[in-house]
Amino acid sequence: MTSALWTHLVKDLRIEWRSKEAINSMLFFALLVVVLFSLAFDPKGAFAREIAGGVLSVATMFASVSALNQAWAREIRHQVMDAQRMAPTPGAELFLAKVLANFLFVSVVQILLAPVFLVMYNLHIEGQAWLLAVVLPLGTWALVVNGTFFAALSIRSRNRELLLPLILFPIFIPALLAMVQATTAILTGESDPSLWIKMLVGYDIIFTTVSLLLFDVVLHAE
Amino acid sequence: MTAQAPEAASSTLCARLDTVSKLFGSFAALRQVSVDLELGRCYVLIGENGAGKSTLLRILAGLLRPSHGTVKVFGGQDPHEARARIGYMSHAPMLYDELTAQENLRYFASLYPGRACLSPAEALRQVGLDPELDRTLGQYSQGMRQRTSLARVLLPAPELLLLDEPFSNMDVESVRQMVELLAGFRQGNRTIVITTHQRDSAAPIADWVLALHAGRVKSFEPGSPTL
Repeated sequence: MTSALWTHLVKDLRIEWRSKEAINSMLFFALLVVVLFSLAFDPKGAFAREIAGGVLSVATMFASVSALNQAWAREIRHQVMDAQRMAPTPGAELFLAKVLANFLFVSVVQILLAPVFLVMYNLHIEGQAWLLAVVLPLGTWALVVNGTFFAALSIRSRNRELLLPLILFPIFIPALLAMVQATTAILTGESDPSLWIKMLVGYDIIFTTVSLLLFDVVLHAE
Repeated sequence: MTAQAPEAASSTLCARLDTVSKLFGSFAALRQVSVDLELGRCYVLIGENGAGKSTLLRILAGLLRPSHGTVKVFGGQDPHEARARIGYMSHAPMLYDELTAQENLRYFASLYPGRACLSPAEALRQVGLDPELDRTLGQYSQGMRQRTSLARVLLPAPELLLLDEPFSNMDVESVRQMVELLAGFRQGNRTIVITTHQRDSAAPIADWVLALHAGRVKSFEPGSPTL
């Protein structure tokens, strides 16, 4: 990790620690989605295990959009991004730090959400529970790397809050599918999630590389 | 229109704009502007709102690319490539409200690796602020934010300083202090370009006054600096 990446990351974490904007908005939104789904479907037993992966992924996805939409808001508010554009450090480090910060924020929300989720859906994990610690970070990374990139891309648009989910969700579909299938496989214990995990790894590598390569163009676009 | 100081020679040039135009859609913010800026001089850009002052500054900073024409700084470099040597202060503070002045400056100083930066405390003292002030920038007055913004620009000791309306929201005494600070900065053979509506405030350091009107150079005249 280079010093500029660390500098950007510490700055983002310090600002979030003081404002708690991203985590609070995500947490309440995700809780709302989980509770509403549980009321709507009244999940129990095997049915709960079958839909839990999808509910968790969709709750994370919708909740993350509120934070991702704000990911670059502070940089735009007082033209801080212009000062960052003028600094002689690579834009990729700014991007990667922002992705890492968003990844940590979403992960914190998932950790806080997990006990509520287990209780409300009365879940008993039939497969290898430790694999959830692989699948959820991989799926979250797929979401935030794309979300952070497309949030930067749409930042100059007047309709950016609408534009982000419109661009992000279709791109995220393969990762969402893999995340849901892998989570369901782990919760039910009926199939092997390894193929879906490999798909998530491949997705993450491809989209992280492409985003890193293209971010300088997005950053310096007029 | 070409605007050039009579004694300008390539060895003393800090920046050269050659028939620069900038279009935003069908709106021409700058039209065929040619200006030579010498090292160690202070240029004051005046003009009404929409005259193209800020656009000219952003082009010099490398934040905008001209639609037509060329811009070279420091003997032939593209401004974007030479951005580490250019300091740009905008209308907005370009700082984070949630951080203190010291935290903001430490953050920006660390984005200039390998460049001898002032210490954040020293930069804040230079602009007349208390480095120990334990308040986030969101709690600062507009004038204090403006000074912190100037401190940010001065941190990496830029050779070309671009200041967009630096005297706005400042009281008379603060303006006088800032002008004195800039006079000292210019004596280090560094170039300053200031856009302002308060021509009199910048007069003590104005070596040249460039007037823009509707994106064109209206006049380019020597000033009467006293500092």
